[in-house]
Amino acid sequence: MNWQLVPQQLATGLLNGGIIAIIALGIVLIYRSSEVFNFSHGQLVMLGAFLTWWFAGGTENGKEIFNLPLWGAVPLAIIVMAGLGLLIERLALRPMTGQPLLAIILMTLGLAQLLDGTAAIIFGTEPKNNFPAPFSPSDVIKIPFPGAFMDVIILKQALLATAIVAVIAAVIFMIFFQYTRIGLAMRATSEDHELARGVGINVPRVFGLSWAIAGIIATVGGVLLATVTGVSLSLATITLVAFPAILLGGLESFSGAIIGGLLVGLAQALVQASSVQTIRGSSDIAPYILLLIVLVIRPEGLFGEKRIERV
Amino acid sequence: MAALRPAGDFDRTYEQDMGVIRRPWQWLALGVGFLLLLTAPRWAGAYLVSTANRIFILVIAVQGLNILVGYTGQISLGQAAFMLVGGYTSALVTSHLSVPFPLALLIAGLVSGLIGLLFGLPSLRVKGFYLAMATLAAQFIIPWVSRHLYPDLLGGPAGRISADVPVIFGISFGEVGNYYYLSLITLVITTVAVLNISRSRLGRAFVSLRDNDLAAELLGVNLFDYKLRAFFIASFLAGVAGALRAHSQRGVGTELGYGLAESIIMLGMLVIGGLGTNLGPFLGVTMVVLLEDTAGVAGSTMAKLFPTQAARFLTSFRPIFFGLVLMLFLIFEPRGLAHRWQTFKAAWRLRPFAR
Repeated sequence: MNWQLVPQQLATGLLNGGIIAIIALGIVLIYRSSEVFNFSHGQLVMLGAFLTWWFAGGTENGKEIFNLPLWGAVPLAIIVMAGLGLLIERLALRPMTGQPLLAIILMTLGLAQLLDGTAAIIFGTEPKNNFPAPFSPSDVIKIPFPGAFMDVIILKQALLATAIVAVIAAVIFMIFFQYTRIGLAMRATSEDHELARGVGINVPRVFGLSWAIAGIIATVGGVLLATVTGVSLSLATITLVAFPAILLGGLESFSGAIIGGLLVGLAQALVQASSVQTIRGSSDIAPYILLLIVLVIRPEGLFGEKRIERV
Repeated sequence: MAALRPAGDFDRTYEQDMGVIRRPWQWLALGVGFLLLLTAPRWAGAYLVSTANRIFILVIAVQGLNILVGYTGQISLGQAAFMLVGGYTSALVTSHLSVPFPLALLIAGLVSGLIGLLFGLPSLRVKGFYLAMATLAAQFIIPWVSRHLYPDLLGGPAGRISADVPVIFGISFGEVGNYYYLSLITLVITTVAVLNISRSRLGRAFVSLRDNDLAAELLGVNLFDYKLRAFFIASFLAGVAGALRAHSQRGVGTELGYGLAESIIMLGMLVIGGLGTNLGPFLGVTMVVLLEDTAGVAGSTMAKLFPTQAARFLTSFRPIFFGLVLMLFLIFEPRGLAHRWQTFKAAWRLRPFAR
């Protein structure tokens, strides 16, 4: 372990973890309301980022259709993505009600492939580096920290801003689920579909709504991610680490998803402080090794309910 | 089994009822079918032979997946990674230890099976989605190992090593027309093996623990033991298929299509063909391979029509075609093509009378 690098990596890891957490939140949301594991959430994140880029005036051939500032492009993308979420729920997931787990997982995997292809055909395959990010990667804040490398921790402004937005978004969603009527209806549905129907909640509408909200969260996550990495088709694969994050935190728990996201971010960053080169290169798979350990030791995750079926 | 029988044709003895091949004309059909397959490189075009070769290899891997997913009801998102293990093992033992090819296939299967056991261990404690995540971890960790560890042996960051052309009894199998026979023979062996597994005590134990694990345990099926066996068989067959593919492509590596997308496609093939049926892998693999080739042709045609947008058409048609077909199958025919064939057979048996 290269201890000089640890403070820097802790900071970077926590900030990166914020983005993973916001992506994980969308998956947990859909799981809680309809017990669907949405493997296509990464594609929704990617589409959200692409749409924002497109509305903000990015095109292949220079012929701009929209040319909005970022604060105008993001709401538009959010509206489109919420609509897409509704559409997906109605066309793809509604017919699968009551089907076995494998069929539903495969449905979202097939959807992921379809969305991947669709994004490639609409937006092209090349990575876009002209995302209208409010910060450039070279804008950094230096915080003096004795004991760290060069006695300073360097925080990228973009990363810091995304982490702050992620925290704000998470708090907004927590309040939404705790105190609003729709949020309450969603939590009731996740507890028991029949009882929820009994007290007059329109369960299919709640499913649709939760997909729409997942589309919104995905767009937020996509914009945050794009600010740091730029827009490309590979955003969908990057977001696969959200799955270890939600299993770490426990499938049903929103706060667990956030803490799981932070832990995954930390794990990915901390291995890079190692003095062994092979371990430094393992930041891609560190979340999955963490996941395997958790699955064997504590399968319900850190904050999940102990409802998991054991065999 | 998969044979059309007219109305009024019944089995009279238990052996007949249990038999895979029950009528003289079925033996005849089998013989003619084999004759056609064996002479295929003589009369079929190059595309047909190489496609058949690809289909045979994939069928072996999907048969393994079928044991694990279709019969045992566990979910695996890592079949392609186990193919990679098999491919690497076979390429390494043939080139470094000069092990003869048939033995290398077996070793590839065993090594892959043992690693499959390792990733099947979480099935002791978890199932369903959690298990899917454990196998997803395999799908990421195994290719990572091949790219980062032992770069001299495994090819390093470039992610590929070459595999020798197999030579058996002095005959070289470099041409696809020759290699086709290796795949065909292996496929026949695995098909007979899988058929027997599914019809014997082992297969019935698998089905029982898929349908109701608690009841299966009460009947004396050791769940953990049988789940691990299913994992072993699935990764064994994936390893054999991977070894066949490695020597057929003359190389193996993470770049040559052993990623998550391949694993998903194999699961899709299984569902499109029919989960838990022995006919399913054949139908599903054939359908999806032909579909992907069609998508490839459609993509390159569009790319020729719009040369400025070539890249997006070339990459996007396959996932769109596959995703759409998989989703349509899941909604409209979740039991797959094999079930279609069953209903067709039933209709044929009742043909003059009722539908």
